[in-house]
Amino acid sequence: MSAESLTVEPATTRFSSWRLLASNPVTVASIVVLALIIAVALLAPWLAPYGANEINVANQLQPPSAEHWFGTDDLGRDIFSRVILAAGTSLTIAFAAVGFALLVGGGIGIVSGYFGGPTDAVLMRVVDIMFAFPVLLLALAIVAIFQPGIPTTIIAIGVVYTPIFARVARGSALSVRTSPFVQVSQTMGTPAVSILGRHVLPNISGPLIVQTSLSLAFAILSEAALSFLGLGVQPPDPSWGGMIFTAQGFLGLAWWMAIFPGAAIFVTALAFNLVGDGLRDVLDPRQRTIIEARRTA
Amino acid sequence: MSEPLLQVDDLQVAIGPADIVRGVSFAVAPGETLGIVGESGSGKTMTVLAATGLLDAPGRRISGSSLLRTTSGEAVQLTGASPRTLRRVHGGQIGFVFQDPSTSLNPMLTIGRQIEESLEAHRGLTRRAARSKATELLDAVGIPQPEQRVDSYPHQLSGGQRQRAMIAIALACDPGLLIADEPTTALDVTTQAQIIDLVRELQSARGTAVVWISHDLGVIGQVADDVLVMATGSVVEHRPITEVYYHPQHDYTRQLLAARPRLGKTAGPPPADPDADVLLEVRNLDVRFPVATPSGRSMVHAVNDVSFEIRRGTTTALVGESGSGKSTIANVLTGLLPPRAGTAELGTLDLLHARRADRRRIAMVFQDPFASLDPRRSVADALTEPLRTHGLGGDSAASREERAIELLEQVGLPAEFRLRYPHELSGGQRQRVSIARALALEPEIIILDEATASLDVSVQATVLDLLAELQKSKGLTYLFIAHDLAIVQQMSHNVLVLRDGVVVEAADAETLFADPIHDYTKMLLAAIPPDAPRAAPGGFSEDPATDR
Repeated sequence: MSAESLTVEPATTRFSSWRLLASNPVTVASIVVLALIIAVALLAPWLAPYGANEINVANQLQPPSAEHWFGTDDLGRDIFSRVILAAGTSLTIAFAAVGFALLVGGGIGIVSGYFGGPTDAVLMRVVDIMFAFPVLLLALAIVAIFQPGIPTTIIAIGVVYTPIFARVARGSALSVRTSPFVQVSQTMGTPAVSILGRHVLPNISGPLIVQTSLSLAFAILSEAALSFLGLGVQPPDPSWGGMIFTAQGFLGLAWWMAIFPGAAIFVTALAFNLVGDGLRDVLDPRQRTIIEARRTA
Repeated sequence: MSEPLLQVDDLQVAIGPADIVRGVSFAVAPGETLGIVGESGSGKTMTVLAATGLLDAPGRRISGSSLLRTTSGEAVQLTGASPRTLRRVHGGQIGFVFQDPSTSLNPMLTIGRQIEESLEAHRGLTRRAARSKATELLDAVGIPQPEQRVDSYPHQLSGGQRQRAMIAIALACDPGLLIADEPTTALDVTTQAQIIDLVRELQSARGTAVVWISHDLGVIGQVADDVLVMATGSVVEHRPITEVYYHPQHDYTRQLLAARPRLGKTAGPPPADPDADVLLEVRNLDVRFPVATPSGRSMVHAVNDVSFEIRRGTTTALVGESGSGKSTIANVLTGLLPPRAGTAELGTLDLLHARRADRRRIAMVFQDPFASLDPRRSVADALTEPLRTHGLGGDSAASREERAIELLEQVGLPAEFRLRYPHELSGGQRQRVSIARALALEPEIIILDEATASLDVSVQATVLDLLAELQKSKGLTYLFIAHDLAIVQQMSHNVLVLRDGVVVEAADAETLFADPIHDYTKMLLAAIPPDAPRAAPGGFSEDPATDR
């Protein structure tokens, strides 16, 4: 009867995050789609029936057919091959850029939120300034300073997303900093680095993971936008945005040139977003209790 | 008993797969108070929320009957009632007062506006009439200068005044039934005594039926006519208060009665060696905080010229109401806050400028066992962190783990508990882990900051026993911060009474409790609910101090 009895139920809910995630059909479907996209991107060199830059002028602007599933472009290149070969480029840019933003922005945010005071004031003013620039303008400026290309695109998108991660990490770190379990560690003389790594980081990982998956979706779109403006991946290398850019001159003649890379962007971004939503539901403890109660009712 | 105002029969509540309330029945008549008492998780709040149609948990299933007789004489079934029916009844027929007045008032509206709201909705009063009624109500609940206070926002009132305002809101429409869910738990003991008196006065003037939920048998004894004792969702005893107090039928009730700390009823700690050396010496400690006020920034003088010393192997208590500076002193001693002036010496160590490595000589156990353990770290992790930091318990991970097991044993937990995570432990078990973590530092002094305040009474008793036992076996020195004077009497050799950052009285525990000198100390002692229930013959006297 007393709460003090030593036979409290043992761990049954420890891995329930994954079970809960798996019990949401939409999330499962988006994870499967994402896995497929990544697999296709990895296997593209073997899957693609034609080379990315295999020009066949005799075959230009062919509509979709058994031979060319997604049709061909103005130079007679196979659009299906180019779409799946571009997947690798687009995903690499998205992952690298978001990874950069997560490391730099997350680091700034944690340090800023945990230490507070002048450190926080200085770092957050820098972040505010970065926020104040229109996203595309900042990316354009970075691309303009360096040579356009894949590395520059990664840095440009990464820098643009850094303040978002800094804000998310700082907000969460602020609330964890004042929690008693962190104060206990402080009174025990645990070094700050160790407190940050063992207590602060794990406790703010939820919002950061969610922000990461949502940002991946936007990074795919940003890459497409930069390439569309001719500042991202440079021709003749295939990229989804670049392909749409080329297609705009032929929209009336060959709709397939724009539709298929556009669909690839849409599906990938949507999948990242839906996975992000699913993760948010599962990683938020309050949401989680509600989901659990609903499922068992 | 006259015809009941609220009649609850065989109420059952389940949320998801868990049965929360199992077949609870009770009735309250006008002018009567039903006390519902039980430990956390016993289902007392759930029972009342379900009976009044307020339970809004996803996946809930409620069955049984809850009949409310309204002022117009009709009977309304509240279980399964439509939102429309409930809106008509809530506020108009049933008033609610909850535990924390700082969260249950809307911070964006004036107190007056919040009272007027329900008067306009249920009584159809005009804005003007509602306002004058609101002023009247604030006067009735004892808020000074009601004409001005009616335009105050919640943050401009003290905690006690906020709870008075909550009661004014609850009683605005003259409801037949008042539900009070732990209404005094978040308040200081002197404020608690005032609120209890206030509710009793209003009740006798208006003939309101009251359902009063509390974990504290002392409070229930002062307010209730009948008592419902709940455990794990069931009623174990339902009888008049004096019967429950003097002839408890159920073992659980006996256990609750025995476990509650009572002033003057428990032996103090075993006497300490009076010639022991002074371990901690605090001189002229002074702490100020900047706060933002409407007229700019000002300073709050949280701790004002406080000096005291603690001898090795003794327990010194810091007592006082919220805001008296108790926790501030603890935070300064553990390095969480910088003082403005003063010194603190632990042996020869200057505590206020101690290096990180010397921090281990003073350890602290915090109040909230749910928040003071990292939810993402296992018990073993929590216990080995101080070992790793200070190179204690050997160099290898295996020897540290062994030390962790040893520490768990010292606080009465089995070795397997090292693999658990905080959410797999009960409140008492978590607090035991917190104590083990403090012991891991091998400190010379442990600060216990309200370390048992959030535990149920039976769990609190076992944790206090553990602390006393550890003091005896290890010669530990405690700085014991508490607001509950009965516990202080049980644990402490010396007591410091703090008020507004100033020590108003310092004495050894025996002298202080037998013969308090300062008026404030006397007031604190007088405000504790007396041991005997008010309804008992001769149990209540005008001066509760003469009761003991």
